[in-house]
Amino acid sequence: MSTGSDETAAMAAAVREFAQERFAPHAAQWDREKHFPMDALRAAGELGLGGIWLAEDVGGSGLTRGDGVVFFEELARADPALAAYISIHNMVASMIDTGGTPEQRERWVPRLASFEHLGSYCLTEPDAGSDAGALRSTANRTEGGYRLDGVKQFISGAGVSDVYVVMARTGGPGAKGVSAFVVEKDTPGLSFGANEAKMGWNCQPTRQVVLDGVEVGEDARLGAEGDGFRIAMKGLDGGRLNIAACSLGGASWAYEQSVAHLRDREAFGAPLIDAQALRFRLADMRTKLHASRLMLHDAAARVDAGDPSATVHSAMTKRFVTDACFEVANDALQLHGGYGYLSEYGIEKVVRDLRVHQILEGTNEIMSHIVGRAIAGGTA
Amino acid sequence: MNIVVCVKHVPDAQSDRTFDAADNTTEREAVDGLLSELDEYAVEEALKIKEAAGDDTTVTILTMGPAKAADAVKKSLQMGADAGVHVSDDALAGSDSIATSLVLAKAVEKIGGVDLVLTGMASTDGTMSVVPAMLAERLGLPQVTFASELTLDGSTVTIRRDGDVATEVVRASLPAVVSVTDQINEPRYPSFKGIMAAKKKPVQTFSLADLGVDASEVGLDAAWTKVTQITQRPPRQQGLVVTDDGNGGAVLAQFLTMQKFV
Ligand SMILES: Cc1cc2nc3c(=O)[nH]c(=O)nc-3n(C[C@H](O)[C@H](O)[C@H](O)COP(=O)(O)OP(=O)(O)OC[C@H]3O[C@@H](n4cnc5c(N)ncnc54)[C@H](O)[C@@H]3O)c2cc1C
Repeated sequence: MSTGSDETAAMAAAVREFAQERFAPHAAQWDREKHFPMDALRAAGELGLGGIWLAEDVGGSGLTRGDGVVFFEELARADPALAAYISIHNMVASMIDTGGTPEQRERWVPRLASFEHLGSYCLTEPDAGSDAGALRSTANRTEGGYRLDGVKQFISGAGVSDVYVVMARTGGPGAKGVSAFVVEKDTPGLSFGANEAKMGWNCQPTRQVVLDGVEVGEDARLGAEGDGFRIAMKGLDGGRLNIAACSLGGASWAYEQSVAHLRDREAFGAPLIDAQALRFRLADMRTKLHASRLMLHDAAARVDAGDPSATVHSAMTKRFVTDACFEVANDALQLHGGYGYLSEYGIEKVVRDLRVHQILEGTNEIMSHIVGRAIAGGTA
Repeated sequence: MNIVVCVKHVPDAQSDRTFDAADNTTEREAVDGLLSELDEYAVEEALKIKEAAGDDTTVTILTMGPAKAADAVKKSLQMGADAGVHVSDDALAGSDSIATSLVLAKAVEKIGGVDLVLTGMASTDGTMSVVPAMLAERLGLPQVTFASELTLDGSTVTIRRDGDVATEVVRASLPAVVSVTDQINEPRYPSFKGIMAAKKKPVQTFSLADLGVDASEVGLDAAWTKVTQITQRPPRQQGLVVTDDGNGGAVLAQFLTMQKFV
């Protein structure tokens, strides 16, 4: 559910104006130069994009997931990759906001909400991706705290972020042995790998996070011991919707470019938009975008309502929307012909950026696994 | 300190702008409109003054225009202004700058106790730039126009005006009317908090009668000028492409001379 149609529309308009002016003109360059635009993120913080659904007492905007998916669609029309980082940052901040003690919230959330600080989510490891419950990083008890050791893989924002929420093992094997910790950037023993060269998402760094005898206090643990996996998964429910909204924004932009291109471009003596085969393709794209938007808004309402069906619906939505929107972006590239393949037109960047949304925050196979498990168990 | 910012709701320059076929006035009803971008600088400057003062300085947004013009007030309130005044009356349709300045002056007087009136440097639709001067004249206040920098010190306002041949520093005593350029600041985007807060901010609507202005003094019939004819801008010509066959430099130089650039 969104905050109220008038206000949500006004906020979406502000986000659109902001993103079109501050992101869109630079997105291609940021991609090319692998530039992480801190100034643009800080400016996003001034709007309230650093903590969209975070509580207002710690500097959050106090809005809903329903509002959030509308904003992420707008941001992603300008730059899906930067929009997606903003989504991860919001997820990290909200894990501390909802899972933290009053002291932890006061200590970390306000500067995340304002985007003065950036956050990273550290779950995946080199040998534990889809099977995250098998993670091997350890948090061993010390006097007054814990000592963290291990390696985290593919961490968005790593090296730049100030605040890392790290899932590490405090107990026995499996998900129940995992706890969550907040680790600050300058903590001794914390280091980062090289910025990975990758297909898309180039404006945000992806690095290994290496924990080598990182000492944190007891007050760095989020929730109880053994609660870490639950906290990590709860964060992902909303995170998956935002990633899907990022796919929707990128694909919507690419679709609109395609309609304009087909109107403009002539071949065989007529505008291409007069070719029925291409019109049918546009109709399918339009339909996929609409279905995606409806699913997203429905799933966000379930997360906002705390509905027990939220996890399954988030999973269905993440899979459907990121797949359908990748197809739309790829079709947009095809409809642009050779121009779609040139960086100058921006379409190939959207295809590259959206591709990873089918992989991260749980692969789309894992989404099917979540939905299928619920079906077999009689809960979906 | 009481600041009034005059803002105008204008047709969106991104979409096609048209004229009413019956009376050659700007079409305002059927088109998308927005707060004139040049007025955002005036709103921003007022908000900066308020924030720097940190006291009970109030920023009141004043607009004259049809019902839709309320959106310009709303956007300004979302940016952070405190209150709005919207002068709306069917008789105002087609008003020229002389009538506009009369109505705005009456409204500023009605708001009362105003220390500083800020405006943009021009509207993005009419682009005449005369309302600020007319408004100052009607209010009997000093006018300092085209400020690209503004400082307040007690009861004086000092501005910097960047001209083609000179930069002037102009000082005036308050109350005064100041128009600001697009160089003076970087207008903020409305924040989510600002948008939520704007819902509760007061907006007053005045008719001509409320301001004591007679309908015969305003509107199309009272305008001192009349638009008799409108011509579409000719479509853009394709630029000249020079293929360099060894004499490219000479052709370029000739072109620049012909266009009187050199
Ligand atoms: C650019 C980028 C940024 C990322 N950012 C972050 C981040 O910020 N934080 C973070 O913690 N992680 C991050 N990740 C990691 C991401 O979440 C993982 O890559 C993802 O969860 C998949 O894990 P994996 O790569 O180990 O693949 P694997 O788990 O090895 O999967 C390989 C293939 O097998 C399939 N598969 C696995 N298990 C099953 C099964 N049971 N049934 C059917 N199919 C299965 C998968 O779907 C996939 O197709 C990021 C990844 C990338 C590429």
